[in-house]
Amino acid sequence: MSASTLTPEIPDIAAYLKAQERKSLLRFLTCGSVDDGKSTLIGRLLYDTKLIFEDQLAALEKDSRKHGTTGADIDLALLVDGLEAEREQGITIDVAYRFFATDRRKFIVADTPGHEQYTRNMATGASTAQLAVLLVDARTGIMTQTRRHAFIANLLGVEHCVLAVNKIDLVDFSQARFDEICAAFAALTGHFSFTTAVAIPISARYGDNVSTPSPHLGWYRGPTLLEHLETVPVDKGNTAQPFRMPVQWVNRPDANFRGFAGTITGHRLRTGDRVVVAGSGRQSTVKSIVTYDGILAEAGVGEAVTLTLADEIDISRGDVLASADDPPQYADQLAAHLVWMSEDPLLPGRPYLLKSGGKTVTASVTTLKYKIDINNDYDHLAARSLALNEIGMCNLSLSAPVAFDPYKNNRQTGAFVLIDRLTNATVAAGMVEFGLRRATNIHYQATDINKAARAALNGQKPVVLWFTGLSGSGKSTISNLVEQQLFALGHHTYLLDGDNVRHGLNRDLGFTAADRVQNIRRVGEVAKLFVDAGVIVLVSFISPFQAERRMVRDLLEPDEFIEIFVDTPIALCRERDPKGLYKKADAGLITNFTGIDSPYEPPETPELHLQTAGQSPEQLATRVLHLLRERHLIR
Amino acid sequence: MGKDHGGLVLSTEGPARERPPHPVMALPAKTGPVDLPFQKSQLFDSLRGRIVNRWGRCADHDPVTMAPTTPDAKGAPGRWLRCLAVTAINCICNKGRRPVPVGRSSHLKHLEDESIFIFREVAAEFRNPVMLYSVGKDSAVMLHLALKAFHPSKPPFPLLHVDTGWKFKEMIRFRDETVARLGLELIRHTNPEGLAQNINPFDHGSSYYTHVMKTVALKQALTQHGFDAAFGGARRDEEKSRAKERIFSFRNEDHSWDPKNQRPELWNIYNTRVLKGESIRVFPLSNWTELDIWQYILAENIPIVPLYFAAKRPVVERDGMLIMVDDDRLPLRPGESPTLRQVRFRTLGCYPLTGAVVSSATTLTEIVREMLLARTSERQGRAIDHDESGSMEKKKREGYF
Repeated sequence: MSASTLTPEIPDIAAYLKAQERKSLLRFLTCGSVDDGKSTLIGRLLYDTKLIFEDQLAALEKDSRKHGTTGADIDLALLVDGLEAEREQGITIDVAYRFFATDRRKFIVADTPGHEQYTRNMATGASTAQLAVLLVDARTGIMTQTRRHAFIANLLGVEHCVLAVNKIDLVDFSQARFDEICAAFAALTGHFSFTTAVAIPISARYGDNVSTPSPHLGWYRGPTLLEHLETVPVDKGNTAQPFRMPVQWVNRPDANFRGFAGTITGHRLRTGDRVVVAGSGRQSTVKSIVTYDGILAEAGVGEAVTLTLADEIDISRGDVLASADDPPQYADQLAAHLVWMSEDPLLPGRPYLLKSGGKTVTASVTTLKYKIDINNDYDHLAARSLALNEIGMCNLSLSAPVAFDPYKNNRQTGAFVLIDRLTNATVAAGMVEFGLRRATNIHYQATDINKAARAALNGQKPVVLWFTGLSGSGKSTISNLVEQQLFALGHHTYLLDGDNVRHGLNRDLGFTAADRVQNIRRVGEVAKLFVDAGVIVLVSFISPFQAERRMVRDLLEPDEFIEIFVDTPIALCRERDPKGLYKKADAGLITNFTGIDSPYEPPETPELHLQTAGQSPEQLATRVLHLLRERHLIR
Repeated sequence: MGKDHGGLVLSTEGPARERPPHPVMALPAKTGPVDLPFQKSQLFDSLRGRIVNRWGRCADHDPVTMAPTTPDAKGAPGRWLRCLAVTAINCICNKGRRPVPVGRSSHLKHLEDESIFIFREVAAEFRNPVMLYSVGKDSAVMLHLALKAFHPSKPPFPLLHVDTGWKFKEMIRFRDETVARLGLELIRHTNPEGLAQNINPFDHGSSYYTHVMKTVALKQALTQHGFDAAFGGARRDEEKSRAKERIFSFRNEDHSWDPKNQRPELWNIYNTRVLKGESIRVFPLSNWTELDIWQYILAENIPIVPLYFAAKRPVVERDGMLIMVDDDRLPLRPGESPTLRQVRFRTLGCYPLTGAVVSSATTLTEIVREMLLARTSERQGRAIDHDESGSMEKKKREGYF
């Protein structure tokens, strides 16, 4: 609480403020193995740039005594380990964002966790970073973690890479050791496309060569770490790339003004430039670039602006305005890298939400081409699924086309996330490699005889009766009875039974979650064809996952899918055990058995909920027919 | 079921929002003919609320430092603010002279662009957003950025002020002036049960008082209005647990935060999906620091509560803090008697819980200079963070902003 006085440190506030206008911004991340000292390095940078206040220092001293790992010294790492659990366990769990500034630059630092189980957090930090500081312990040199982190940084498009050879004090400031690590680093970065990659020896704990040159490193001629961070050239995004602006929001204060709000990526835009709406191909000219601070003649990468166009053309959120000479690709099938971020594995065939720019569509992985073994020479391994923290290359099929650029050209229009439709969790980060052209060559063939005509000839309304429930719950028995009665009434029906279909169409599928998803996807498509043929389809499948049942529902018209939950307690199913499967599963002879070691997700709002306990199959079948009559689906 | 939010209609049903036309206002006769893509009257109207403008030239103030250059230009900051306002309006209609806002390539411009993107994303994707307006400097910056994000429209959401009943009088006055000037809708909420029980910081302690009058009150207001997104002015540099919070921070039906189960946040692709009853707290100032905030206020001449400027104020020294005697509800302890001291506030909350600092900084430039020399962080002035270092994380889990 001291009164402010002018000190010689800041002689001229006006000059200071003027200099601030030229101060640039660098976003970087720190990563490395568990005990390489990432948090300590950031603590050191904050401390050296005088960003730690007295009260924070007092709190730090208190915390150091409680949780510190540096004996009597202040543990700088505790400055950045923000969550209680992290301070207690002495590890960094989540990405922490930290800020410091010098006279030349403001820095936003993403401190990312070292443990393999937090690879997703490192990818998160890398997604917005322009530079990556990889830490290694001078004693151990480049490790598996370093290789993985270099790979992720490169995959996420980080431009610059710095290898900070930390704890150089513990190898007696040895030049030979440093040179050895440098050679290994050069071999490593040979794989990648970083614009710059340099190695710098430091001691984060004692401050050697972090912000001031170390007297112990006389043999080292390069810049200190901070000097390098201050001077590395940062292109503000991809200015060499063509102009793009994903439309975020349409600004309509009244009938006279219609502006398209968004943030520019790629090349500068000037009033009078020709732009095109990606996909539709409609073109116009930029009439004005409107901001709160006035009308601009031009605007560049990263600027949030509102554009008005000379022509009235239909543009809404999710559209991408682009340079008319060089528009982005537009496709509904993409090849992309995925970093899987969810505890629940990727299931090819399962529909997820894909968000890119302002657009959200449904997407599923049609082919998982390979996963990448980031620990061993980045080999491509065959895979049927991606688990948490795994990285793979896949083909995706989207419910509607999107405008995009390859990620290596544009980090904004080439990126997307996948979101789970039921939990709303963000499950993957995606980077587009290229669009698949084959999609554009397959069109629907319009046929003269359509679903309505076929249904009319059959004298019925085609519909899918989807029976779901545990093995032994009575699905097959009930559906069989229902079909008999429909047949007797003169209806055209077909029964798709899980076991029967697995003998033919789906004989190549097993019982893993990934195969179960594929199993249901195929049966859903077959059911849809039958409905198109005007037939009432009965589907009797365990179909344990909500997401796939919903996927089939979405394939059909709103009133064509009737979900019937055959609800039998597992104890009763086990007692019945018509095929002896529970006995085998309990004996460990069958794995991935629903209800035992594979989950069943009961429907939340089925059209019909049949609680079978104490009811005869005939009674239950009657209830199904009753529902169909109620809905005027049968005679 | 559209609600009238002071000139804006906010629909609670869908994203489509119809706005009535702006009221027409006469322009000063001396404004020359201009070629604008919209009516001048609207432009003027949207500017009407702005007292100041950085690129307006003022005859008797330095354009960079805002220091008086003529003897009669001295006085309260409001003087040069008003002085600039007139030139500002003329300037925007002059298309040929492009304004030079905060250095076009500077870090502040970068932060501004990022915040604007966040505002627009929320307006586009949420059904019923609201902005928490706490009247402090961070709220002032947030509001300024919101005006920029949607210009020439007004921000398409109301402001919400959780009023504990113990805010500084000057804050309330400033709040009411601001919303009136900008023509925005303000929703005020005070916890009715807390009010009935006269929950106050003296009899119930700062921790319980904060819980009832701030955290619970905030949750009541959010639930009552069914807001699915709420902007807050929190910054990651404020406190350690905030350093790890997402920009779009998910809250469950009880409005609580689960730090171990946060959605990964990559690039600027924000996952805005929530189920009914769940919500997202959005922090457009996440990447700003206290110094950035002050530099931006200076560069953009953003109006702030006068309490931030040093003046003679009645204070008592208590538990190492200087507490301002804002009204006669402050019970004086034995031996305490208010003395007039030259103080200002680095952070504003409820007056009995917010400490003043001794200062002679009466202008924004002096505040920035003081900031550069500061050796304590701003939250030091707040009683609520003092308990232990994990206390903010605990409050946030419970639903505090």
